[in-house]
Amino acid sequence: MGVEQAMERFPIVEVTAEPELEPYWSAAREGRLVLARCSVCGATPWMPRPFCSTHPRAVVEWIETGGRATIYSWTTVMKGEGVFKDSSPYVLAVVELEDGPRILTNVVTGDDEHLCIGQPVSAVFDHRAAGGSILRFITDDARTGTPLAGAQHGN
Amino acid sequence: MSIKGAAYIVGAFEHPGRVLPDISASQIHAECAFGALADAGLSVSDVDGYLVSGEAPGGVTAMADYLGLSVRYIDTTDIGGSSYVSEVAHAAQAIAAGKCSVALVTMGGRPRSGARRAVPATAPTTPFEAPYGHSNPASYALAARRHMYEFGTTSEQLAAVKVAASKHAVHNEFAFLQREVTIEEVVESPLIADPLHRLDCCVVTDGGGALVVVSPEVYRRLDRSGAKIMGAGEAIKHTAGGALDLTYTGAVWSGPAAFAEAGVTPADIDVVSIYDSFTITVIQTLEDLGFCAKGEGGRFVMDGALHAPFGALPFNTDGGSLCNNHPANRGGMTRTIEAVRQLRGEAHPAVQVADCELALVHGTGGWLATRMGSATMILSNEDG
Ligand SMILES: [Zn+2]
Repeated sequence: MGVEQAMERFPIVEVTAEPELEPYWSAAREGRLVLARCSVCGATPWMPRPFCSTHPRAVVEWIETGGRATIYSWTTVMKGEGVFKDSSPYVLAVVELEDGPRILTNVVTGDDEHLCIGQPVSAVFDHRAAGGSILRFITDDARTGTPLAGAQHGN
Repeated sequence: MSIKGAAYIVGAFEHPGRVLPDISASQIHAECAFGALADAGLSVSDVDGYLVSGEAPGGVTAMADYLGLSVRYIDTTDIGGSSYVSEVAHAAQAIAAGKCSVALVTMGGRPRSGARRAVPATAPTTPFEAPYGHSNPASYALAARRHMYEFGTTSEQLAAVKVAASKHAVHNEFAFLQREVTIEEVVESPLIADPLHRLDCCVVTDGGGALVVVSPEVYRRLDRSGAKIMGAGEAIKHTAGGALDLTYTGAVWSGPAAFAEAGVTPADIDVVSIYDSFTITVIQTLEDLGFCAKGEGGRFVMDGALHAPFGALPFNTDGGSLCNNHPANRGGMTRTIEAVRQLRGEAHPAVQVADCELALVHGTGGWLATRMGSATMILSNEDG
């Protein structure tokens, strides 16, 4: 099972890709995670936005990240709501990008894998929604181990 | 300009219903409005200020039309469940500025019988949050997990908050969960989003409430005792561009502002009414308001500290949102109403705090894992 199959545990949620974030969404479509960086102070805010609140007149550059992060906090949701009603259990987490912002996301785990705070994870994109590719993260075990072997052959 | 002593809450009404399939949310607002006005000894024609929040059907204009109000001051602050705590303070500001003299705050909704209000699809945050299943319990669970990691907080300590609320709810004939629970029951109840169990969560109820806030001049003409507004603070805590910290709430800002305006300290407070959407909300809020040090909240709530009337800090003496009532998924209104009952000496005798002079009300509206509005208010039983 690869990353694409692993994503099927999550419902498809349509998003509206706002025009000012086109660099983010087009990179996401290619499976790349980019952040908007202020050319003056280097801040890379999440959610991305095409300005720096401190330096609103500064040029913002879209920079690519390696997509590596660590788990800041996580929960296994046993009772999903709304479109997630039939997706439980799933993992909701806040992860911290290397030298970057903390991000609300899902973490894809291996079967029976126990998560812990500080655990490394990597960015993966779910391309099923037409409006925009959705950023999620995957544990090393889920990426390389069985039964999710083959994830590296994905995107 | 300070609001200290600028206004009084002189009418308070909590709808007795908890499951209301046969009346609309508008009708709940109306019944609460008339209940609070009757409590104050006032009528619709006396009202010249009106404050509602996002759950009000059709907004403030439709509700003013429905109730037959003629007002010269309007407020539609929406910071989730904390809105009503803020709005009482805003009413006091308006009264102090001469913009009105009798302000009505109403709320009501039917999440138990009807649909929950959806998050608007237009927020800039939506594409970066909606795809992940960020439910209310999951959001608070993320904060609980991090609090446990950093400070050693335990599931049993979280459970102690529910136990305290349930001990109080036993004495409230209207409470949705009118039954004492044990720490074991809480930690053995099904996980909703670990580490939070079903009994770490508040109840889901229909219902509502209303408050009447008046000027000192109007207050002196009335026969009813009330609660003097001593100070208030409000804040928004958000994701800070990715520098999100899940171990504290916006109470770190709203609390000190309220204490400073009131000129009192946490040690002076006789009873607290803290929005308890989940058990973790209370532990973080107690720390942030300065009732204990950061990280000590779990230890603070053990051994009956929150139990009325004799605990170190009696809390949510009606049973709170955890056990009594959580109308429209918004807890700030009912928290304020119970604080008024305590200051009037009209709480249930089993939980009435003796010589209750100062009460603190705190609302948390939104999500611990993303963003929230926080509102703190300090009330006194002083008449003068
Ligand atoms: Zn900058």
